[in-house]
Amino acid sequence: MSTVEAQTGTQVMNYREALRLALREEMERDERVFLMGEEVGVFEGAYKVSAGLLDQFGAERVRDTPISEEGFVGAGVGAAMLGERPVVEIMTLNFLLVAMDQVINHAAKIGAMFGGEVRCPMVIRTPNGAGNQLTAQHSQSFDGWFAGTPGLKVVTPANPTDAKGLLKAAIRDEDPVLVIENLPIYKEKGEVPLDPEFVTPIGLAAVAREGSDITIVSHSFATVRALHVAERLAEEHDVSAEVVDLRSLRPLDVETITKSVAKTNRVVCVEEGWASYGVTAEIAARIGKACFDDLDAPVERVGMAEVPLPYAKGLELAAMPNEDRLAAAVLATLGMGPGAA
Amino acid sequence: MHALAEEDLLITGYRSHGFALARGVPPEAVMAELFGKVDGCAHGRGGSMHVLDPSRGYYGGWGIVAGQLPIATGLALALRRQGKDQAVLCELGDGAVNMGAWHESLNLAGLWNLPVVFLVVNNRYGMGTAVERASAEPDLYKRAAAYRIHGERVDGDDLDTMIEAADRLLTIARTEHRPAVLEAITYRYRGHSVADAGLAYRTKDEIAEHQKADPITRERAKLRDAGLTDDQLDAIDAHADERVAAAVQAALDSPEPSVDRLAYGMHALGSAEQFARMRPGSPFGEEALTFDAGLGA
Ligand SMILES: Cc1ncc(C[n+]2csc(CCOP(=O)(O)OP(=O)(O)O)c2C)c(N)n1
Ligand SMILES: [Mg+2]
Repeated sequence: MSTVEAQTGTQVMNYREALRLALREEMERDERVFLMGEEVGVFEGAYKVSAGLLDQFGAERVRDTPISEEGFVGAGVGAAMLGERPVVEIMTLNFLLVAMDQVINHAAKIGAMFGGEVRCPMVIRTPNGAGNQLTAQHSQSFDGWFAGTPGLKVVTPANPTDAKGLLKAAIRDEDPVLVIENLPIYKEKGEVPLDPEFVTPIGLAAVAREGSDITIVSHSFATVRALHVAERLAEEHDVSAEVVDLRSLRPLDVETITKSVAKTNRVVCVEEGWASYGVTAEIAARIGKACFDDLDAPVERVGMAEVPLPYAKGLELAAMPNEDRLAAAVLATLGMGPGAA
Repeated sequence: MHALAEEDLLITGYRSHGFALARGVPPEAVMAELFGKVDGCAHGRGGSMHVLDPSRGYYGGWGIVAGQLPIATGLALALRRQGKDQAVLCELGDGAVNMGAWHESLNLAGLWNLPVVFLVVNNRYGMGTAVERASAEPDLYKRAAAYRIHGERVDGDDLDTMIEAADRLLTIARTEHRPAVLEAITYRYRGHSVADAGLAYRTKDEIAEHQKADPITRERAKLRDAGLTDDQLDAIDAHADERVAAAVQAALDSPEPSVDRLAYGMHALGSAEQFARMRPGSPFGEEALTFDAGLGA
């Protein structure tokens, strides 16, 4: 994290306000930055991230789009190729699927496929998340699909500070960056640096909580859960858990993970999405190779039950990762769980 | 809905409750689905946006804007392959016509002479975006011409007009295997969803103006003109209220789906054995699941 100038200080705000501040600052700083997406203007954003921006910057730079994700994501790609700095808002990650071709087959390919002759400095921002009984088509977190694509950068801020810092870094980046926001975190508050030059470099994980007994590797909302669980385990079981918040999925900061695991010798990886072929699968593979001699227990993973998310509240709760399940996995990995010898 | 023949098929977006009821799905099954109960029409798995009843030809409420359109062409394709003279009614919102799936589906339907009627429910807004702010050609029915499909616009709040047009176009679909676009003009009084008060992008006056043309009020007036008394009409309303109350009670009485049936319906019978080999060392998730269909799984 870059240093904060003392005179500018910080302010307590929630995640969505931090994102809004990042957008406002970058739009003030750079004429080329413009926002487009469904309901970003008059409606002020489906989740109110862009509230007030239409009034400040006008309809030319805060552009309402029809429901045409493939069209306007692609329009973002084209505009970026000519040096504009489009920030494209997708209402939720689920709807990015209809624009997947523009993201994966087009935006991600430009730099390499054209031999570095042209770049695509665009940002796509969109929240993932589940838990409001919105059912299978509206509750997905397939962050790993995007992170598995060379040519893209994928960041997943888990708190207001990183929301501001990573979005600003994404806007200033020369490559296409997917900023995966998170619905349950939108209302979370935190101290956010007011320095307009504050950015969070892409590609650096953070040790969100220091500990010595076990490492929990997480990103996005799973980090919020992991921090709660770490506190609980400290109180109830005298366990000192370290939480590594990935912040950036691609590029991935393997070093911070392996340093932590080398210290704690045990690790649980958690994600909100499906674990099979997911982010935790990649992390576990990296740890398996880099930390082979450090591990005192197999790498454990926690994710969403591998079903399309059902509607009924009881089923939804049963399918989603939760703090109890994560705590149980941590204790089991420490040999302290039920069934431990 | 009245114009649909019994064997015709229906597919819609996420505003699925009314279509289900009009198609004859018991209110108890719709309400139980909203409550997430086992007696719901999707056994509590689909909820508000995904009501369905294949036994009545209703192939679902779908949640991704325009996602149901290509599927509607597929239903129609299957009917043609099976040599059946049935039609498909596919509902979509005014917001869906700007998705690629709309254009691709209309082209397929036109090219292959598929028996599908695309019913565009033009309620003037997609969330907070008025049709004129989203569509370069706001006369949505005209877009059918690009695919040499018949398109027309009707007052969707006039019951007789609506029935006449739907009946005519569905009949053509059934007998001549020709698709059509039927744009029904209506209005959304409330916000888009529970999270939208619905006043940031339009005025109260505008809403009140449209409420004057409310189809239920209009129908009531017509029935009164036809000789029904206010008492008789009130009795119809009271009956509807009773049906709703009974449906709520049935939904409350229906059991919650059991957690050990989390994976119910996901794969066809016989899959449990396939997945068994995936379990050793698996992350928490599929270990606890039984993948075969069947409520007794
Ligand atoms: C591909 C996609 N993008 C965005 C959404 C979010 N969304 C749900 S409904 C809706 C508005 C749809 O408007 P319209 O088609 O007019 O239907 P109405 O709600 O008016 O019935 C939007 C943007 C979605 N479900 N799918
Ligand atoms: Mg609409």
